[in-house]
Amino acid sequence: MTVFAWIETQGAYAQPSSWETLGGARALADALQTDLRAVIFGGDSGSAASDAGRYGADAVIVCACETMESQVAQLSSLVAERKPRAVVAAGSSRGRELMASAAFDTGSGLISDVFELRVEDGLIIGTRPVYAGKVLMDMRAETATTFLTLRPRAFPTPAKGAKSQVPIETVAAVDAPSSPLTTVETIAAEAGAISLTDASIIVSGGRGMANNPVAAPGTLSADEANIWRAQQGFAHILKPLAAVLGAAIGASRAAVDAGYIAYEHQVGQTGKVVSPDLYIACGISGAIQHQAGMRGSKIIVAINKDKNAPIFKLAHYGIVGDLYEIVPALTAALERKLS
Amino acid sequence: MAHIVTFTRSTPDTAAKVWVAESGAVTWGDVATVVNPWDEYSLEETIAQAKAARGRSTALAIGGALHDDALKHSIALGINSAIRIEEPGADAGDSLVWTALAAGAINKLGDVDLAIFGKESVDVGSDQHMYQVARSLGWSMLSLVSKIIELDFATRSIKVERTVEAGKDIVTARLPAVLSVLKDINEPRYPNFLGIRKAAKAKIPVWSAADLGIELPAAATTALSYSNPPARDISTEIIAGADAAEKAALLASHLLAEKVL
Repeated sequence: MTVFAWIETQGAYAQPSSWETLGGARALADALQTDLRAVIFGGDSGSAASDAGRYGADAVIVCACETMESQVAQLSSLVAERKPRAVVAAGSSRGRELMASAAFDTGSGLISDVFELRVEDGLIIGTRPVYAGKVLMDMRAETATTFLTLRPRAFPTPAKGAKSQVPIETVAAVDAPSSPLTTVETIAAEAGAISLTDASIIVSGGRGMANNPVAAPGTLSADEANIWRAQQGFAHILKPLAAVLGAAIGASRAAVDAGYIAYEHQVGQTGKVVSPDLYIACGISGAIQHQAGMRGSKIIVAINKDKNAPIFKLAHYGIVGDLYEIVPALTAALERKLS
Repeated sequence: MAHIVTFTRSTPDTAAKVWVAESGAVTWGDVATVVNPWDEYSLEETIAQAKAARGRSTALAIGGALHDDALKHSIALGINSAIRIEEPGADAGDSLVWTALAAGAINKLGDVDLAIFGKESVDVGSDQHMYQVARSLGWSMLSLVSKIIELDFATRSIKVERTVEAGKDIVTARLPAVLSVLKDINEPRYPNFLGIRKAAKAKIPVWSAADLGIELPAAATTALSYSNPPARDISTEIIAGADAAEKAALLASHLLAEKVL
């Protein structure tokens, strides 16, 4: 009996969310009284494999298979052969596709976006949000192997142990059909940018970003001037605060739809669902669709001119005031306290 | 003729309260449903791409009569035809059962080149069924598509931009393919008067597993129970101060004390 944890790698390194996965899978393996094997796909798995041991794996399986197609074939073959009780992965875009595909190929049940895991009478039960987090569901797989994807930041990263020697088993790649996809170009995300779903702090801007007092170039129309002022606000007011905090930049749908900032930053129902330790909402009214994306934040701060904005009902701390006065003052205050 | 299929479903209005009743069932009272919010973009892309290729479009929904509203809305927007697939007694909440019905419907239609999904279904809170449909059909899977750069039904090829955590990938694939699309792929249209009239008159055919000529797999998962999330016990502290600097300094002290920095 065993539990597999898939370690997502980027080159030779593991994605940090993989250690959350390993932590969640370790607790599951302990509850099932079985061992835990980290599964690493990719060419060079040197540091990821030894780190997997330090984060709690009993053994590591590595296989040099690069494409999604070959990884699905490899994982399905390992599952068919070794019949793990569970296969656990981070709910990243690759993790979701790999788990769903291998679950299909092996005829196994998949419980996705799990934020709590328990074992009852030897059976694995995952708790996951449905209806945009308004309701929780307990789900069980009826198959020998349960596939699971974990919600980002729902499981803590385990402490990194001392250097330990865990057995590393290299398996030969199985025959897989060639990938039906060809990647012709990759455009890397902004260097140093922190992904919203992995961020521990998020500074977010909304419609109120347009109230920037700075004068817009006279050549712009009224609408263009609004967009320009809001973009300047994101770049020169929110970004410095985010830099001091090591935070990611978020936005409301209103700000994205108005063209103030790119869609990748949208938090909410049709954007990303985030659960940072700290969420600072600047000039965001807090529509229910926005709440669906950030309700899981540990501490919520609202800065808004309108004291009746719904965001204040959700916030632990609120400041009623102009974000263009408050945020620079907050950046300065935090710079002093954190230096 | 090019044929694009899209899947949709009715979900409670995004602003509606949804809760677990004493019976243990999920309810949203008598609040109206809307089209699953992510499907606004897949419907638009399906209509636009089918039109550009002078092809046709079909909207499919799997589940009960509730989903006829989403299908009628699809017709009002410009989707050519709509079909609902329902197998009484089958647990379509299980993704393998759902996938068998979806792939069965696509196979019955026979001439489908492309299936387009919205990024996820907000009611079930998942996207796993999309990958599984691609797997079941043996089609190319292109997830998280933010732009279709080229789509050529004659040469059976597609080129898209995908947006993932690490950035953007430009990817080519062969048709047939399954796509999931993001919000920034397009600006959805609104239904016009003629479309609304057409939708009002439309009769939605219902297909069963027997109509599809398939045997359903056993459900691989069981939904054991639903619960209401624990109430968030929040007392909001509104920070007062003489000026912005004083308020900001107070907030900074609170955040340090909370140990979230």
